[in-house]
Amino acid sequence: MSPESVDLSKHPAIIEVENVNLYYGASQALKDISLTMRRNQVTAFIGPSGCGKSTLLRCLNRMNDLIDSVRIEGSIRLDGDEITGNRTDVISLRRRVGMVFQQSNPFPKSIYENIVYGLRIAGINDKATLDETVERSLKGAAIWNEVKDRLHDSALGLSGGQAQRICIARAIATNPEVILMDEPCSALDPLSTLKIEELIDELKEQYTIIIVTHNMQQAARVSDATAFFYLGELIEMGDTKKIFTNPEKQQTEDYITGRFG
Amino acid sequence: MVLAAGATLALILFMTLTLMAVILGNSLGYFWVKGLVRYKLTDGSYLMGQLTAKERHALTNVKRVQLKVGNRDLYSQDFRWVDESEVAERDIPKDAYLLERREHGNFFGFLKELRGTDGGAVAADPVSLRRLHQATVQRQQGLKDIKERMSSLNQASERLRLKVQKLEYRGAEAHAAEIAALNEKKAKLTEEFDGLNEQLNQKQGELNKAVAVFSDAAGTTKELPLLEIVQIYQPNSMSVPAKAAAYLGKIRELLFDDPRESNTEGGLFPAIFGTVMMVLLMSVFSLPFGVIAAIYLREYAKEGRLVQLVRIAVNNLAGVPSIVYGVFGLGFFVYGIGGSLDKLFFPERLPTPVFGTGGILWASLTLALLTVPVVIVATEESLASIPKGIREGSLALGATKFQTLTKVLLPMATPGIMTGLVLSMARAVGEVAPLMMVGVVKLAPTLPFDGQFPFFHMDRKFMHLGFHIFDVGFQSPNVEAAKPMVYVTTLLLLLIVVVATSLAIRFRNQMRRKYTTSHF
Repeated sequence: MSPESVDLSKHPAIIEVENVNLYYGASQALKDISLTMRRNQVTAFIGPSGCGKSTLLRCLNRMNDLIDSVRIEGSIRLDGDEITGNRTDVISLRRRVGMVFQQSNPFPKSIYENIVYGLRIAGINDKATLDETVERSLKGAAIWNEVKDRLHDSALGLSGGQAQRICIARAIATNPEVILMDEPCSALDPLSTLKIEELIDELKEQYTIIIVTHNMQQAARVSDATAFFYLGELIEMGDTKKIFTNPEKQQTEDYITGRFG
Repeated sequence: MVLAAGATLALILFMTLTLMAVILGNSLGYFWVKGLVRYKLTDGSYLMGQLTAKERHALTNVKRVQLKVGNRDLYSQDFRWVDESEVAERDIPKDAYLLERREHGNFFGFLKELRGTDGGAVAADPVSLRRLHQATVQRQQGLKDIKERMSSLNQASERLRLKVQKLEYRGAEAHAAEIAALNEKKAKLTEEFDGLNEQLNQKQGELNKAVAVFSDAAGTTKELPLLEIVQIYQPNSMSVPAKAAAYLGKIRELLFDDPRESNTEGGLFPAIFGTVMMVLLMSVFSLPFGVIAAIYLREYAKEGRLVQLVRIAVNNLAGVPSIVYGVFGLGFFVYGIGGSLDKLFFPERLPTPVFGTGGILWASLTLALLTVPVVIVATEESLASIPKGIREGSLALGATKFQTLTKVLLPMATPGIMTGLVLSMARAVGEVAPLMMVGVVKLAPTLPFDGQFPFFHMDRKFMHLGFHIFDVGFQSPNVEAAKPMVYVTTLLLLLIVVVATSLAIRFRNQMRRKYTTSHF
């Protein structure tokens, strides 16, 4: 199921999901999912609401741990390290796999403190390191020029698009390998969305990005690979171009052409 | 609908303002030195006093006035009603005196004679009266050093007595030498004490020789030692600025002096101090307990039957009548914990209790128990109102649950927690019933905080404004004369609530500005 037109040496597998089943209490939310995500690529998860795409995304940094009734079977490996079991160090996993949420969620602190939050909780308080990280992250999230003069103002005063880019900067401040994005643009206006999409394109030079989106044009614009989910099952995964132009499965074609969903 | 709601609001506002007006009107006027009016009645007798009320008799429709005639030691009652028809003459004598005394309330009358500390007569005029009074009071204050020395001697000797007792418990024979040494030391202290006491009595007796002879309106004379007099006014010849200065002086006395005359006169300082300290102590106990309990309930406990039960219990605790807390505090804190502490640490003092009786510590703990549900509920609500995204954002960055709590959630919940604290403080300040069982007294000889080691005396009883109102208003020997004091105390209690809550609200608003989520 891997995309054909990929240089495998340049984009080796980074996350491998194998036969994952996930249950919320008695109901099954993911059914026997297997797929591979590649380094320095943007992988998009698409599908109608409730199809399990966000659930799978949240398996990758163990955010599902917050829900008591969740049970997972199968194997997920990050760089070959198993991350599903009890023995995984969730804290260090989350440092390797950053996340950006649907609603931008800056902390009620200054912009500066938002960015260095991940470092501070890891025990890094060296001023020079923090300053350097703030500049690098804000530049990386393409918002440095907008906020460099008010780093110590509250992050709550920013617009939605700016706040979301602050959240991206916050995620890359800890230098993760993978960034998960859970519908990062669904609460933004078209202009802010465009900025974030351009940003994703830049970020994939350094990071592996996995993005969940409702917006099929967005998936087509930003992603290299696309996975289509339906009712907890992975229907089809492949090269984005191929999925959008010549899908193998009828269901995928129906969804993409807007016949349902 | 809108009309009804508006009308209700207006009514509530009206009632609140009326309450404030009644309290302010009755209390603020109290400090103004009112003039003295002398009446000659048709039967030939004289009366002098301050006009306090006017009304028409309900049946006969005759006008009558109420006079505060003072001189309780002469007339045995402070107030007199006089019918207008009985009045033959009235005037405002310029040379009338109003004396505030340590005992028996105010004296209204005229100066007749004046004698100095040597017993010799002095010219009986206002200037020398004031001068002599001041000099005597100053000399009296000069005796303070002796008194302080005596009090510390007394305490040292008490400590020695306890030490001896402790040793005797352990075996009188085995420690005979030590006991003898201690007793000898104690005897020395007692000797010094007795010497000082004699000295003090002698000096005091000398000062007591300074007297002024006053006569009332009817001509009855009364000999008053100058030390009995607190303040001398001649209200009928005072100018308005002088009265204003007297007004301020009385407010100062109210705020910083000790009470006199079974609390109906003088200051409120011990009660103010006790109230504030008790509420602060209460906050120190209830805030951390409430916050930590709420954190456990909201963040750590698994939702289940037990947690639900705890929640129900917490919510119901807030509705338990406060006197029940008083009974609980008495049984659990005072007799239970206090009694055990005494047995463990102060066995030599038994049966005199140290912690096994009401005190400020037990009172604050009892009130903390009473207010902790408010803090718990407020903290829980404010934790619950933090968006889920904030928690997830922190956790997704690799923060532990504890880091998320201390670095993000608690700061965000602070405004809500402060609201809870404000509510609980307001409630605690107003509680009287439970305090009466666990440590409030009518008159406390010492403050719960002073210069004596260990500075905070948690075992001491204390005075409280709320109890003061009850005591002065309903338990004092002269309720009518004490009425203004009740209003003044009420006003002060309200002021303390207002000051405490507005400080807390200010702090909360600052926090809120800092932590409001206001994007988009």
